[in-house]
Amino acid sequence: MNTFSFYILPGVIGFIIIFGLFKKIPLFDTFILGAKDGLNSAFSIAPSLIGLIVAVSMLKASGAFAIITSLLAPIGNLIAIPKETIPLMLLRPISGSGALALVDSIFKSCGPDSFPGRVASVMMGSTETTFYAIAIYFGSVGIKSTRHTIPVALTADLTSFILSVLTVRLFF
Amino acid sequence: MISIVCAVFTGNVKPLSDAILTGASDAISLVISMAGMMSLWTGLLGIANKGGLTSALAQVFKPVVKHLFKEYPEDSPAIHAICMNITANLLGLGNAATPLGISAMKEMNKTNKNPSVANNSMVIFTVMNTASIQLVPTMMSILRQKYNSASPFEVLPSIWVSSFIALAIGVILAKLFEK
Repeated sequence: MNTFSFYILPGVIGFIIIFGLFKKIPLFDTFILGAKDGLNSAFSIAPSLIGLIVAVSMLKASGAFAIITSLLAPIGNLIAIPKETIPLMLLRPISGSGALALVDSIFKSCGPDSFPGRVASVMMGSTETTFYAIAIYFGSVGIKSTRHTIPVALTADLTSFILSVLTVRLFF
Repeated sequence: MISIVCAVFTGNVKPLSDAILTGASDAISLVISMAGMMSLWTGLLGIANKGGLTSALAQVFKPVVKHLFKEYPEDSPAIHAICMNITANLLGLGNAATPLGISAMKEMNKTNKNPSVANNSMVIFTVMNTASIQLVPTMMSILRQKYNSASPFEVLPSIWVSSFIALAIGVILAKLFEK
């Protein structure tokens, strides 16, 4: 598993460059155009990230987090979900940058290669900001009744969360 | 606010004020450490996109998409936009996926009997977009790298399995609830 994962990045980059050469695309110009886009989107989340990371570290330092987590820990224990990731499960469908701030704090306190760190990575990587997507897509065409969208989307999220724990247990 | 009340009660006021000070600077260092890799990635994807990789991949999904969205003919603009949106999501082209998704929704709403109520196809399409189908979750990998993970990409197989099954469950449930 480990050695395979080191090939992913060089492999993908190599493939894209060969593909670009093959298609005779001005490689560097196109790269710069795209890179600008990425830089903009990285900095566009900065303001909300500042607010949210401060809020998360305040919640942690004040002990409020420990209280919330210990209240929810029995539910987590039932399906063997690490207690650090429970707040992440609650926040993930609502706020993307909020969830990112939580993952950041889990990595900081447990490390990315710990069990909670790996579960948090998989949870974050295998889900989307559900309510944001629903709001954008239905909002864009003026749909008011979304029918069964929300319950179905949230069930899919829950499936992802449970599978995150299972696959991390299985693969590592 | 909850934090402040809680800190007063638990006597954690000193750590709280420290947390405010370090939290703000942590956020900026997080953004800066992510910005480089994000740019590299979107730059490379720009090359792939311009070379027509997105449209080529979109063709691959057509047979599956056609079955899920039966009410639209195979060559309709709705099916085309749906395929392009799926591909953009898969490659992690978030900025390209959203406008494509919105145009897919607009196409689907054109034939919708009641334009303020979602039809079955729109529900499935949105559920697909709330599940993640990204091959390389860039943000996650960068964040793992930042905290010195021995192997930032080692979680990818877990992510693929978990997101694919969740996507399948979402689509199946959406189909079951159609009536």
